[in-house]
Amino acid sequence: MINVPHSLLLIAVMSVVTISLRFLPFLLFSKNTPKAVLYLGEVLPRAIMAMLVVYCLKNVSLISAPYGIPEAVCVLLVVILHKWKHNTLLSILMGTVCYMVLVQGIFT
Amino acid sequence: MNKQTLKYSVLASLPVMAGYIVLGIGFGILLAGKGYDFLWALLMSLTIYAGSMQYVGVELLAGGASLISTALMTLMVNARHLFYGISMVENYKETGKVKPYLMFALTDETYSLVCAAKLPEEVDRKQYYFLVSAMNQCYWILGSLLGALIGNGLSFNTKGIEFSMTALFVVIFVKQWESTKNHMPAFIGLGISLLCLLVFGADNFLIPAMLGITTGLFILRRLTAGKADCQGTDISYVQEGEENND
Repeated sequence: MINVPHSLLLIAVMSVVTISLRFLPFLLFSKNTPKAVLYLGEVLPRAIMAMLVVYCLKNVSLISAPYGIPEAVCVLLVVILHKWKHNTLLSILMGTVCYMVLVQGIFT
Repeated sequence: MNKQTLKYSVLASLPVMAGYIVLGIGFGILLAGKGYDFLWALLMSLTIYAGSMQYVGVELLAGGASLISTALMTLMVNARHLFYGISMVENYKETGKVKPYLMFALTDETYSLVCAAKLPEEVDRKQYYFLVSAMNQCYWILGSLLGALIGNGLSFNTKGIEFSMTALFVVIFVKQWESTKNHMPAFIGLGISLLCLLVFGADNFLIPAMLGITTGLFILRRLTAGKADCQGTDISYVQEGEENND
C-alpha cells in the first residue's frame, strides 16, 4: 500500500531542495554579480559539458565485456560526424542509432 | 513571437525531445511498477523536474525513506545544478516575468541548450530561453505520463536510446571547443571529472568533481592573469578583477 501523506511529503522535499539549488545562485549573485561569478559563467559551460559526458558514461565498465567499446565507438562517431557536417540533429541521431544497433545486436 | 524564433527553438529542442520522452517513459514505468499511478508521475515531473533525481525518487518513495535522507540524497544528486545557475546569472538578467520559470526549469539538458547558444540575429534570445525550457518540460511530462499509462504495453526495443543524451552533450562539447581557442576549461572539466570518477567511484564523484573543477578554474585564472595580452576574451574579467583588487 502507498503511504499517501508520506509520499507527498517526500515529493515536496525533493522539489524544494531541487528548486533551492537552482535558485540559489540567482538569489545570491543577480545584483552586483561578483567578478569571480562572471568569470565562472564564461568558463564553466565548457568544463561542465565535459563533466556531463563523464556523468552519462559513469557506469561503463572498462574491465568487463563489452569494455566500453560501444560507448567509445559512438562518442567518436558523434565527434567526427559533427566536425565534418556540423549538423547537431544528424550527429545525435546517427550516434544514437549506432549505439542502439551495437548494444542490441552486437554486444548483447 | 516571430516565426524564426519558434522554428529555431523547436529544432534546438528536438534532441532533448527524443531523450526526454524515452527517459520519461522509463521513469513512468518504474514508478507505476511500485504502485504509483500516472497522477504521481505527473506531480513529480511538474514539481521536481529533474531526470536522474526522479529515478532515485522512485526508490525513496517505494522504500518509505525518511525526510532527512531524502533531502540529503536530493542535495547530492542535484548539487550540479548550482553550476548552471552560476553560469546563467548574467544571461538570465532582464528576462522579466518568465525568469522564475527559467530558473526552475534549468535541467542538464535545458542548460546545454541555453548556456553557450550563439543565436542567429533574427532569433529573440529571451523567447528562445523560454521556449526551449517549456518545451523540454513538456517532453519530460509527456514521457513520464506515457510510461505510467501504457509503458508496459510497449513492444519497441528502446535499449540504448538513452545514448541520445550523451550524444547531445558530446555535440555541445564539440561546438564549444570550436568556438574558442582557450581549451583549458574543457581539459580541466574532463580531467578532473575522470580523476574523481576513478578515485571516488560512479556514485560519489560529482561533488568532488565540482569542487575540483571550480578550484582548477580559479587556479587557471590566477596563472593566466599575468599574460592576459595574448589570450582570448575569457581573460577580460580577470584583468578587471585584478585591477579592482589592487
